[in-house]
Amino acid sequence: MNKIASIRKDWGLIETLIEENRNILDIGCGDGMLMEQLQKNLNAKTHGIELDRELASKAIAKGFNVIHGDAEIDLAQYSNHSFDYVILSQTLQAMMRPKDILSELLRIGSKAIVSFPNFGHWKIRFQLLISGRMPVTESLPYTWYDTPNIHFFTIKDFLNLCNEMNIVVEKSIGLTSKGKQFDISESLTSVNFFTHEAIFLLSYKNFEPIKIKSTKKIFNKNSVIAS
Amino acid sequence: MSDIKFTTDNKLDCDIIFFNNIDFSLESGEKLKNLKIAFKTFGKLNSEKSNGILVCHALTGDQYVTGNNPITKKNGWWSRMVGPNKPIDTNKFFVICSNVIGGCAGSTGPKELNEDKNIIYGGEFPSVTIKDMVKAQSLLVDALNISKLFSVIGGSMGAMQALQWAIDFPEKISNIIHIAGALKHSAQNIAFHEVGRQAIMNDPVWKKGTYSDNSERPERGLSVARMIAHITYLSEDAMHRKFGRKLQSRDIISFGFDADFQVESYLRYQGKSFVERFDANSYLYLTRAMDYFDYDETFNKKIEFSQNSNDHLKYLIVSFTSDWLFPTQESKIIVNNLNQLSKQVSFLEIETDKGHDSFLLDEPQLDTLINGFLVSNFKELNE
Repeated sequence: MNKIASIRKDWGLIETLIEENRNILDIGCGDGMLMEQLQKNLNAKTHGIELDRELASKAIAKGFNVIHGDAEIDLAQYSNHSFDYVILSQTLQAMMRPKDILSELLRIGSKAIVSFPNFGHWKIRFQLLISGRMPVTESLPYTWYDTPNIHFFTIKDFLNLCNEMNIVVEKSIGLTSKGKQFDISESLTSVNFFTHEAIFLLSYKNFEPIKIKSTKKIFNKNSVIAS
Repeated sequence: MSDIKFTTDNKLDCDIIFFNNIDFSLESGEKLKNLKIAFKTFGKLNSEKSNGILVCHALTGDQYVTGNNPITKKNGWWSRMVGPNKPIDTNKFFVICSNVIGGCAGSTGPKELNEDKNIIYGGEFPSVTIKDMVKAQSLLVDALNISKLFSVIGGSMGAMQALQWAIDFPEKISNIIHIAGALKHSAQNIAFHEVGRQAIMNDPVWKKGTYSDNSERPERGLSVARMIAHITYLSEDAMHRKFGRKLQSRDIISFGFDADFQVESYLRYQGKSFVERFDANSYLYLTRAMDYFDYDETFNKKIEFSQNSNDHLKYLIVSFTSDWLFPTQESKIIVNNLNQLSKQVSFLEIETDKGHDSFLLDEPQLDTLINGFLVSNFKELNE
């Protein structure tokens, strides 16, 4: 699969994890193509963050709500559980502090969807083993000195971190380099070997969102005093 | 009851709306018995009255946003942005631009006649605020029978007005485009304004604002005020690029105080041409209005506990990398507040060395951003 086809596949799978009419934040939203897909197919309400000025500008000009900013700084401004879903597609490995980002995702979103290239894929393992050099593959196509991907991890690593942080993996999908998809939870060791890219639906253990009824009405009553 | 009358002023080449016996309450507590607003419109209001855009001018702007300005005999201040097939396309949108109250291009302000005393207001004019300006604009929009504007757009002091619209009249607008503004006028900005005001008030001709059109006007003070302000609208890089240390009409320095350097000559020209079109008292009142603007601690609450629903409202916040008068950080505070409240906000920082004035200058990214934002959101609302 080439890069674009693989991203498309990724987005198609992300869509299957989300219900209709949800409030979604897409981190690294680019020019808004995933948001467009989710609005069209799921009637989602979308917000996005994009670091690249040109891409952010394009997305805003298409009518999307997009902040030109850096997720590692700008996620802090969102209130707890502002979104039903927060999506981080293929960028966790490029973050400075992936663990902090993960906990931020589940602070501002009720659920998080995270996808990443699996460093435990057999091709990568063999490249390092045989050539003794840092692997360069289709999903990780950069040389070591100019890669934006600064944290490499495997599916096993990721699951360990989730466990340590009390994060529940609600669903997990693996993709082989040929685009074949399967459930990751079945047999971890072989899955970690064959999975090229992984997509996880995450939430916190025992998390029940607190439902506040008709906040609007209460606010209106107090609005005179408050203002 | 107030009575409302529209007229066309041929000399000023614009429309004027009179609100007589209106008792217009200002934020200061004072009242204006009568009110007039000079304005211009461009394009056509559609049958649904859904394509209205209010453009708010900055400190020294006026209603001549595009087309010919009869006072300066030049193109309007945002001609490159507003007009047929321009980013704010008047083939598609009905653009309204009015002179703010306190201004000097035909709206009620210090230059106008105080009918009670039959003399020019001058320094007796009551203090006006951004909130007062917006209140007056909303009366105009009501009188034009537009129940909901599609957008309110402004840069600098215009951005303050756009934000004030979002706070005071969210139900009357669909979105705002807020360019190079802030929740508050900073201490540094107040300081620069104060130097400008002191220059005017120390001009012996100013006489506590009692000069008139027939007498000598405090032009020396006003031109110095403009020169100071103009520096704050640029950036060091832009000044260096434009002037460097280049000499003006000479090969060697004069060892005197002539305008040896091009940058001096440029500032002198800016000051001189400004006094021909602007009133010194208006400059005092409008700079003060900006200084008083402050939602630093109250914005969040104002938006969260808005009397009228504001969930539908979209905000586009734009800043410029080299703007040190209203730096990006100030825009980001607005964005952070709105995101904290889960509002529909977009933000872009445009990379340029042209400083605060960037919004008036050739910035292609600003053009495509504004055009795209307006067209796509208009389409979404009207489909």
